Amino acid sequence: MHLTREEENILNGEQGNAAAKAMEILVAIGKVFGAEKLIPVTSAQISGVSYKTIGDAGLEFLENFAKDGRVRIPSYLNPAGMDLEEWSRLGFSKEFARKQMRIIKAYQKMGVEATCTCTPYLIGILPKKGEHVAWSESSAVIFANSALGARTNRESGMSALASAIVGKTPYFGYHLDENRVASLVVNVKAKLEDISDFGALGIYTGAIAKQRVVAFDGIETVTVDEVKTLGAALAASGAVALFFIKGITDEWRVADKPERIEFGSRELRETKENLNSSRDAELVAVGCPHCSLEEIREIAERVRGKKLKRKLWVCTARKIKRKADKLGLTKVIEEAGGRVVSDTCMVVCPLEELGFERTAVNSGKAAHYLPSFCGQKVLFGSLKEILR
Amino acid sequence: MVIRGRVISKGKAEGEALVSREEISFLGEVDTKTGVVTNPKHQLFNKSIAGRILVFPRGRGSTVGSYALYQLKKNGKAPKAIINEEAEVIVAVGAIISEIPMVDKLEKNAFRLIKDGSKLVVDGNKGVVVIK
Repeated sequence: MHLTREEENILNGEQGNAAAKAMEILVAIGKVFGAEKLIPVTSAQISGVSYKTIGDAGLEFLENFAKDGRVRIPSYLNPAGMDLEEWSRLGFSKEFARKQMRIIKAYQKMGVEATCTCTPYLIGILPKKGEHVAWSESSAVIFANSALGARTNRESGMSALASAIVGKTPYFGYHLDENRVASLVVNVKAKLEDISDFGALGIYTGAIAKQRVVAFDGIETVTVDEVKTLGAALAASGAVALFFIKGITDEWRVADKPERIEFGSRELRETKENLNSSRDAELVAVGCPHCSLEEIREIAERVRGKKLKRKLWVCTARKIKRKADKLGLTKVIEEAGGRVVSDTCMVVCPLEELGFERTAVNSGKAAHYLPSFCGQKVLFGSLKEILR
Repeated sequence: MVIRGRVISKGKAEGEALVSREEISFLGEVDTKTGVVTNPKHQLFNKSIAGRILVFPRGRGSTVGSYALYQLKKNGKAPKAIINEEAEVIVAVGAIISEIPMVDKLEKNAFRLIKDGSKLVVDGNKGVVVIK
């Protein structure tokens, strides 16, 4: 792998210990994947924030790294393990909160903005077509590649942090034209009527696609939230980082002899059945990936003037919650007995320790992860069904 | 005997080899408090990797596994050095943040030349392994 003089100097410790380690990480990854060089990136989005996932080892590493590690490019955080302001009211323990805040402080010391969201693109962080970035949240990676036409590999929390500090990433994978080609074409015959249908399509397809690029044919219109949900599910049941939708996404490149599959009403029904492991739930959790303002508005309209029997969490980015507060939507949801939760979500917080056993969701990704990550039984359905 | 390889993580260490023909996931397969392999189906079951030069094909599992290697190091139970057939990202990054010397892609077949207990020097600065 070719390194410039400046990169060699960073590797040899000229800019401090953390920068040297960061460079060592990028060079090692470059070697593993056969990258010829490093290229500049314009932003980093860093996962590995929840104390639940990274634990004491992660906390110690970050505090040590923060001694002299400073980011060179705009850098943002993935969701944490709790709402950073209202954790106590939501039932998180003081011990968990203390450790979680130390993690946030270590990142902030390095200059990372504590956005704590999996949907940076909903709060104005929008890399342009062809722009190279280093993002690690899998649902944000696939959105950036597919909907925005930006270019990023599926980074780990640590490689994204290394890129934040060096300002570069190894040049391989989805940064190169030659790898942005679909080898699985999905003919969508089922009628996709609700956002949960897009989640089911993603879960079904991701499991078949694994790490391949996917091309969808037969989807006529989509909203941003539907693309968000579809991508998140593809990246959860598979390791998909890029997909195309015929007539909708700017990019559309298919290999000569792709595998072709069909997604009809039977596949849709069976996928939804497979994601269901409960008929009832104590908690309804919406916002995986984090809710847009439009989704919060829809939820508010559905619960306006009602008293909910189940607890309701509406997970979103703090910036979006501030808008919902101003528009009075938070108040409507709270009056019905729900909560608008920021900085975290049902997947990365310790849901099982908060006394929940069964959770209702309209997200394919959440339905896929909740049984293993949080020991939950899942009720999966449309927003209308789960808010019933 | 001197064997050339590729630098993955800097540093130099000397010690006794522990060889596994199977892949290893440091997350969930190794007790980070003791360094003992806990997966009963693994070739190294009940053996301690602490203070050894660990020779194995490559890592596997979740990227959080890099932190497990860091935890082992903090607890004083990490391997002294790592030799992989061909590195992947989890162990490579774990070795770097834990300051464990690591080389891969040796020009000769490590599994034929290195046995359990072989005395080795791993030089992660030059990308060289010496069998004593």
